[in-house]
Amino acid sequence: MSAILIVEQVLNGLQFGIMLFLMAAGLTLIFGVMGLINLAHGSLYMVGAFAAAWVAGATGSFLLALAAALAAAAAAGALVEMLVIRRLYKAAHLDQVLATFALILIFSEGTRYVFGSFPLFLDIPDCLSGPVTLPGGIQYPLYRLVLIGAGILVALGLWWLTTRTRVGIQIRAGENDREMIAALGINITRLYTLVFAIGAALAGLAGALVGAIQSVQVGMGEPVLILAFVVIVIGGIGSIRGAFIGALLVGLTDTLGGIFLPELFKLFMEGGAATQTGSALAAMAVYILMGFVLIWRPSGLFGSRA
Amino acid sequence: MKKAVLATAMAALMATPAAAEVKVGMITTLSGGGAGLGIDVRDGFMLAIKQSGRDDIEVVIEDDQRKPDIAVQLADKMVQSEKVDVLTGIIWSNLAMAVVPSVTAQGKFYLSPNAGPSPLAGKGCHQNYFNVAWQNDNLHEAAGAYANTAGYGNSFILAPNYPAGTDALTGYKRTFEGNVASEVYTQLGQTDYAAEIAQIRASGADSVFFFLPGGMGISFLKQYADSGVDLPVVGPAFSFDQGILQAVGDAALGVVNTSQWNKDIDNPVNAAFVEGFQAEYGRLPSLYASQGFDTANLLISAVEAADVSDADAFREALRAADFDSTRGDFAFGPNHHPIQTIYAREVVKEGDVFTNKIIGTALENHSDAYAAECKM
Repeated sequence: MSAILIVEQVLNGLQFGIMLFLMAAGLTLIFGVMGLINLAHGSLYMVGAFAAAWVAGATGSFLLALAAALAAAAAAGALVEMLVIRRLYKAAHLDQVLATFALILIFSEGTRYVFGSFPLFLDIPDCLSGPVTLPGGIQYPLYRLVLIGAGILVALGLWWLTTRTRVGIQIRAGENDREMIAALGINITRLYTLVFAIGAALAGLAGALVGAIQSVQVGMGEPVLILAFVVIVIGGIGSIRGAFIGALLVGLTDTLGGIFLPELFKLFMEGGAATQTGSALAAMAVYILMGFVLIWRPSGLFGSRA
Repeated sequence: MKKAVLATAMAALMATPAAAEVKVGMITTLSGGGAGLGIDVRDGFMLAIKQSGRDDIEVVIEDDQRKPDIAVQLADKMVQSEKVDVLTGIIWSNLAMAVVPSVTAQGKFYLSPNAGPSPLAGKGCHQNYFNVAWQNDNLHEAAGAYANTAGYGNSFILAPNYPAGTDALTGYKRTFEGNVASEVYTQLGQTDYAAEIAQIRASGADSVFFFLPGGMGISFLKQYADSGVDLPVVGPAFSFDQGILQAVGDAALGVVNTSQWNKDIDNPVNAAFVEGFQAEYGRLPSLYASQGFDTANLLISAVEAADVSDADAFREALRAADFDSTRGDFAFGPNHHPIQTIYAREVVKEGDVFTNKIIGTALENHSDAYAAECKM
């Protein structure tokens, strides 16, 4: 296990964490502001990826594809909020779960109806493909570095939006007391649609960025969604900062656990069995992490509600 | 979500429907992430039924959503209320393990168009269970054999951590004579392989064997191509079938994979199948489609030779496998799994379409490692 390999794995963990953050940020924003559990967030990730793949296939431009992913996911999010979600704010969480689960099925089968059952093609643009050599002789794919950079930019943008702009103040106020800000003359209905669309756009962006190195297929959002929920539980529901730290923790734990746990088991077990046990435990690692965080801080690392 | 499709063969062509003599229950995956495979099997199967022009085979199709509990419910329904004679269609080994032992114990026939888990080929074999595709290990054993002929001496091997993944690495190691640099189990459904690719880079191997079916394979190949690691890759056909190659794109070009079928196998049945499938569905068939097509033709050959109500005669007719397969000669071994030739294929581009071309034979007339354990 060389130092180069470890550095490379840490970068992989960061990159994975930052992509998780894009998903978790929207999820935590929507939960924090509107108190809504949105299981269909993974479907918006899928919508972003499919829109990007379709536009990239038609025009050949990756930038246009990203723009399309943002627009399509935001539009889908706004539409869903206006047609379905709006009726659920006052409902019990179980009703929200049921309704948004139905949305997952509708999105999945709808996407299959439009694009067919086979995965779509979306590739990295030529100028970002291939590896670059980092200081220390580490070969690392350029595109993954770009993903890390893009994710950090989005995180900074979100921080700026929530702390430095008028909309951000309204969002934070809405989190604390929705009746009060409505009484102050802020159109809360429009604010909710906006927040939902922002969350959806972030998920769509993540879907498009990740779709270029993964398989663009129906159901691609659900595995990410589960991890995104873990992230917001660890980070503290409703906290963007918590989502960022939580996402990095989950990304690093998942990646490094997958590498080191099998190696650890090899110290006292036979090779094949060691890798199998180690990887089984690695699959549980993030949930174990979540358990410990919740024992230590029941409302998550940055959770405000006790 | 319950999606029930009732397809009666030939219904459209008949004025007065005669009572179907054989009722077939097809349980397969038609929704969710793995739907492409089930759809191909179904389309291949129904093409053969349609081409036969028979009106005495009725097919009831249901979607298992890739969930074992749903597959079991559907099987119960098909056996008890639909009263089918023959079941088929299951794609995934875990679903097959949940359904096949119980339906064969109830005296029904099961023809597997895809899954071939090792217990059903060995100790758990059953006289009413026939596998028309392969035993799970077969294509991986062929990959190991190909790696020997290609001169690889040190392989990094990789599969998801579930029963078919373990079977895959076991199968490869059974035939591969070189050294295994490292053996890695990934999570089932994993989409990011950066960590594994870094391990490959650091491993000092001279080749990579991977079994990552469906979307997992697409993700792996795209990320591998972008990583700058240029070791040769070999794998079973499941990551290189017609349905997903277009989504992998250039990253798959030149990769060698092993399969019991390809569209350029030179026999008249196969040529007619490829042409007929394209004409009917407007796309190239995959190996799954060929397996569905062969399964239906095996069934038709048995229906012609024997009455399904006479189970012993019908079983003998199935065992004789007296039909023209898309793979050429087709025969069952003693455990009702195929004895067949497995080819090495290379991914090529024909015009705008990515597809496979046979470049050699990996294993000739190959059976499976479990046949000896089967006592029927």
